[in-house]
Amino acid sequence: MSGPLLAGLGLGVSFGETAALEDVSLSLSAGEVVAVMGTSGSGKSTLLHCLAGVLVPDRGEVSFAGERIDNQSDRRRSDLRLRSFGFVPQFGDLVPELTLLENVALPLRLLQVGRREATGRAAALLDELEVGSAASRRAGAASGGQVQRVAVARALVHCPSVVFADEPTGALDSATGELVLEALVATARDRGSAVLLVTHEAVVASHADREVVVRDGRLDLLAFPTVG
Amino acid sequence: MSFSHLLLGILEPAPCHGFALKNAYDVRFGRGRSLGVGQVYATLARLQRDGLAELVGVESGDGPDRRVYAVTSLGVAELSSWLLTPEPPTGYAQSVLFAKTVLALLSDRPADEVLARQRVVHLERMREVRRLGQAGDLVSRLSADHEIAHLDADLRWIELAGKRLEHIAAEHGLSG
Repeated sequence: MSGPLLAGLGLGVSFGETAALEDVSLSLSAGEVVAVMGTSGSGKSTLLHCLAGVLVPDRGEVSFAGERIDNQSDRRRSDLRLRSFGFVPQFGDLVPELTLLENVALPLRLLQVGRREATGRAAALLDELEVGSAASRRAGAASGGQVQRVAVARALVHCPSVVFADEPTGALDSATGELVLEALVATARDRGSAVLLVTHEAVVASHADREVVVRDGRLDLLAFPTVG
Repeated sequence: MSFSHLLLGILEPAPCHGFALKNAYDVRFGRGRSLGVGQVYATLARLQRDGLAELVGVESGDGPDRRVYAVTSLGVAELSSWLLTPEPPTGYAQSVLFAKTVLALLSDRPADEVLARQRVVHLERMREVRRLGQAGDLVSRLSADHEIAHLDADLRWIELAGKRLEHIAAEHGLSG
């Protein structure tokens, strides 16, 4: 496949009278880590939701692997998200009644992978992310740092083409967050997964290969002028 | 920073000669700049004079004989005391970045552009330091963490300064 893996072109989203996103274009190549920076309410999460096929933009189009996805049915977009995308939310959002291992195996089970293989792959990834010793713990009893590492494992266990991470360390102290982020980016790179990292922090964005800034729903070109 | 204390710290684990000390310093703290061996021997002589290090032998090899030094008990106590003494916080108000921003404001030049351009360079340096740290050992990584934290502090200030400029512009009905 030539061209970008994921691309949004001229995206616009309005909530009532309010324009949340206005004429934003952003593309992501295979294996690339890109940060979308911006302050609260800037539109960066709306951009992520459009690119991930969660939200259908009012204007513009989104394509994945050369195929338009914004005009597909909810069901097809849902299937695409399950197979090709991974998500790391800010607060982990694990199923509290399940163990950490069961949480990570869940995407594989939904993809009809057998229980034994799913559990084996989930356990190996938990070991890689240094939370293997807590695998049998209920998610509701795990620490914040463990929950985010497990959320990273769950997002990557099916080797997705793209991982979407929305403020993935925002709920952690800075030191724990830094280690979780290192693990997320390194593990994604090992698997060849691209990462779209939404953050308001420069130190988080510095993990990415490049960054864009969203301000008031538009890409902020002043934030990155041509130097020299 | 006290160079003699740094050298005491490198010498503490095991006796060694001046050239080995210089190499150890270059690896851990040199950051690409090699230390002059003369500076090491001059410092060792001072440490010896002050009773903090002592000559414990002479190593013979292919080249000239090398004098081997070790830290004395007084040296260990001095090193411990130095390590536990907090460093005075540095003043940052005179940084060039701060001065440029203020001068741009005072002269009606676009301070937001000064900040935006600096932000690009800071982020690029942060990314470069992160790469170097990840490719190296624990000391390299700690060194990278230290520099990244300082770059991050600058970037946070740039964000805040940008916000303040926006507020001031809004209050005065100015655009951008």
